[in-house]
Amino acid sequence: MPEAARTQVEHPAHAAPAGFIRKYIFSLDHKVIGTQYFFLALFSVFVGIILSVLMRFHLVWPQAAIPGLGALAPTGAAGGVMTPEFYLSLMTIHGTIMVFFVLTTAPQGGFGNYFLPIQIGAADMAFPVLNMLSFWITFVGLIVLLAAFVVSGGAPLSGWTAYPPLSAIGQIAGPGQGTGQTLWILSIALFTVASVLGALNFIVTTIDLRAPGMSMMRLPLTVWAWFITAILGLLAFSVLLAAGILLLLDRMAGTSFFIPAGLVVNDQMLLNHQGGSPLLWQHLFWFFGHPEVYIAILPGMGAVSQILSTFARKPIFGYRAMVYALMGIGFLGFMVWGHHMFMSGMSPYSALVFSVMTMAIGVPSAIKTFNWIGTLWGGNIQFTTAMLFAIGFVSLFVTGGLSGLFLAQPSVDIYFHDTYFVVGHFHMIMGVAAIFGIFAATYFWFPKMYGRMMNEGWGKLHFWITFVGVYAIFTPMHLLGVVGSPRRYSQFTEYDFLKPLAGVHEFITIAAFITATAQVVFLFNLFYSIWKGRKAEINPWHCTTLEWTVPSPPPHDNFGGRPPTVYHGAYEYSVPDAKADYLMQTDAARLPALKH
Amino acid sequence: MSASTKAEYAASPAWEGGAAPYAIGSKKLGMWLFIIADALTFASLLVCYSYLRYATDNWPRPFHTWPSITMATVMTFCLLSSSVTMVFGVAAASRNDRGAAAKWIVLTILGGLAFVVLHANEWRGLIEEGVTPFSNPWGVPNFGAAFFTLTGLHMTHVVIGCLYLGVIAFAFGRGKFTPEDVEVSGLYWHFVDLVWMFIFPMVYLLSNVVTMGAH
Repeated sequence: MPEAARTQVEHPAHAAPAGFIRKYIFSLDHKVIGTQYFFLALFSVFVGIILSVLMRFHLVWPQAAIPGLGALAPTGAAGGVMTPEFYLSLMTIHGTIMVFFVLTTAPQGGFGNYFLPIQIGAADMAFPVLNMLSFWITFVGLIVLLAAFVVSGGAPLSGWTAYPPLSAIGQIAGPGQGTGQTLWILSIALFTVASVLGALNFIVTTIDLRAPGMSMMRLPLTVWAWFITAILGLLAFSVLLAAGILLLLDRMAGTSFFIPAGLVVNDQMLLNHQGGSPLLWQHLFWFFGHPEVYIAILPGMGAVSQILSTFARKPIFGYRAMVYALMGIGFLGFMVWGHHMFMSGMSPYSALVFSVMTMAIGVPSAIKTFNWIGTLWGGNIQFTTAMLFAIGFVSLFVTGGLSGLFLAQPSVDIYFHDTYFVVGHFHMIMGVAAIFGIFAATYFWFPKMYGRMMNEGWGKLHFWITFVGVYAIFTPMHLLGVVGSPRRYSQFTEYDFLKPLAGVHEFITIAAFITATAQVVFLFNLFYSIWKGRKAEINPWHCTTLEWTVPSPPPHDNFGGRPPTVYHGAYEYSVPDAKADYLMQTDAARLPALKH
Repeated sequence: MSASTKAEYAASPAWEGGAAPYAIGSKKLGMWLFIIADALTFASLLVCYSYLRYATDNWPRPFHTWPSITMATVMTFCLLSSSVTMVFGVAAASRNDRGAAAKWIVLTILGGLAFVVLHANEWRGLIEEGVTPFSNPWGVPNFGAAFFTLTGLHMTHVVIGCLYLGVIAFAFGRGKFTPEDVEVSGLYWHFVDLVWMFIFPMVYLLSNVVTMGAH
C-alpha cells in the first residue's frame, strides 16, 4: 500500500476568488467566513439586548406603554403594553438567540474560524466548502428563528430549553406554541447540523493541518480551547439533534415521545397522546445543554489566557496544567447534566452523584483561575482595553463560578432553582463572562483583522461602564433569589410579598438601560475604526503567535504558499537576552537555559 | 541565528509537519468524526426507545416469527452481505483495480437496495395492519412512533448511502477519486450496517411474539 501517498495532507488551498459574490458572500476563505459569523453574532447580540431591555421595562412598569411597540406587535403588545405571553416570547427568543447565535457563534464560528488556521500555520480549514455551508445553514437558522415573531401567534413561550409538554402540544398551550414553536425547533435543528459540521472541520484542521514544528504542546491555548470546544460541540449537538427530531415528530406526526396521557391544558383534555415522558426531553436537552455552557465559555478562556500572557509580558503560568484543565472541564461537562433537573425529581442517590461531579468541575476551574492570577503576578502589566476585558472575564468567571457551587447542591438548589438566584448565576458566568471573552478577543485581534487599531480611550470607557454595569445588574439578582423572587414571571407588582423588592428590580432595570446604551460606544468604535482607525503595525501587541507574522489583514492563503516553521511554544515572553523581550513562534533563536 | 542552531532544532523530536501526524487523511478523519456524531444521534434515539419501552407496562410484542422476524433476518442478511462486497470493493480500489472496485460497489448498492425494497414492503404491510406513528392495533401508540422513527432514520441513511456509493462507483470506475475516497465511503456504509445491528435485536427480536408460557 502506498502509505506515503495515502497520508499526504490534502492542502485545502484554493485560488483567490474574483468577483464580489465569491469573495464576500459565498466565500470559501476561513477569514471571510469567520467575519460573517462575527457580524451575524453582532447583529444577534443587539437583537438579544433590545429584547432584554424590553423585558426589564415590563418587569418594573408592566402597565406603561412602550412607544412604537404596539405597531410592531399589534396582538402581543396592543397599544404598547405587553401581555404576559408576549413577555415570555421575548424571554424565549432572548435566551435562544443569545445562547445559540451569540455565545456559540462569535467565539467559535467567528474568532475560531478566523484565527485557528492562521495560528497553526495552515492556509485554510480542512474543508472550506463545508465551512461555507456551516455558516449559511446557521444564517438560515437565524432567519427561521426571527420569523417566529411574524407568524400567526408569534414567537414561542417555552424558553430556550423548550420543555415539553408545553413545547410539544401545539397551539392549545398558548399563542406562539403553534407555528412559532415549530419554527423554533427547525431553527435549532439547522443550527445543530451546522455546528456538527463546523466542529468536525475544526477537529480535522487542528489535527491534520499544523505547520512543521507545531506540536500539540506548542499550540496556543486559544487553539486548544477551540479544539476542545469543537469536540464538545460534535458530541453534544448530535444528541440535541435527536431530541429535536423527536419533538418535531410529536408536533407534526402525532407521536407521543414527550407527551404523557391525561393532560388537561387550558380546560381541554388531550385525548390523542399517551405514554410519553417529558423528563426524557430534559435528559436529552441537558446532556447537550450543560456541555453547551462550556462551548460558550472555553473559547473565551483560550483568548483570555493568550491576552493575559501577552499584556503581562510573561509566559502563561502552567501551560500544561491549562491544557489538562480544559480537557478536564470538557470531560466533566458531560457528567453533570442532572444538576439542571434536581427540581424535576430524581433519586437522591443520582442527585448526590451529579452534585459531586458538578463540584468536581471546581477543581479544573480553580486551576485555570490560579494560573491566570499566577500569570499576572509580578508581570509588567499593560492595561490595554483587551487586557481590561480579559481581567474582567476572570473576575466574572470567579463570581459566577462561586454561586455555581451553591446551586450544585440539591438541598440548596431546590430552594433557589426557580428564583432569580439562578438567573444571576448563569448570566454572570455563561452570559457576561463569555461576552467579556468576546470583547477581549475583539479588541485584541481587531488590528489583525482590519489593519487598524481600535480607539483605546473609547474602549476603556466601554469597559468601565460595562464592567460596573453588569455587576450592578446581576449581583442584586442573587439577593432577589435568596429572598424568594421567582423567575419567569412577567410582572411582580401584583404580589404583596414581592412589593418590598420593587426598588431592587427598578435598580436592575435602570442599570440594564445604561449598560445596554453603553454598547453603542463599542459599536461606534468598531465601525469607525474599520475605516478610520489608526493604521496598525503587523504585530502591535508584540505577541508571539503565527497570526502576528503575516500582514494585516492576512492575504488570501495566509502565508503566501510558504508554511511557517515553528520552533517554540506560544508564550515566550520576557526572554532574557532576546532582541525584544519575546520570541516569535517562528523565531529560530534558542531559548536560554533556565536558571534555577 | 546561526545555521547550527537551526540544525539542532531540525534534529529535535518535535513533529516535522507536512504529513498528517496520525497517518490519517483529512477526509477519512472527517468521516470518522461524522460517524461519531451520527452514532450519538442514533444512540440517543435508541436510549429514548429503551426508556419508553421500559417505562411502559404493556409494550406490545407483535412480530411473528413468520413473516416479520424471518423477513427482517433476510433484510439483515442483504445488508451484511453488502458490507462484505464493500470490503472487496475497498480492497480492489487499494490495488487501483478500478473496474473490479466499481463492480463490487455496484453489488454493494444492490444489497442496499434489496434491503430498502424489503423494508418498504414491510412498512406497507404494517401500515395496512393499521400501524401509524400515533396508533396501532396493540394499544401503545409509541410502539409505532419508535418503530417508524428508528427504522425511518436508518432507511434514510441506507438510501443516502446507495446514492453516495453510486457516485463513487461511477466516478472511480472512470478514473476519478482516490482509493482513499472509496475507503471513506466504505466507512460510512459499514457504519450504517452497524447501526442496523443494534436496531435489529432491539426493535425486532425483542418484539417477537411470545409463543410459550405466558401466551
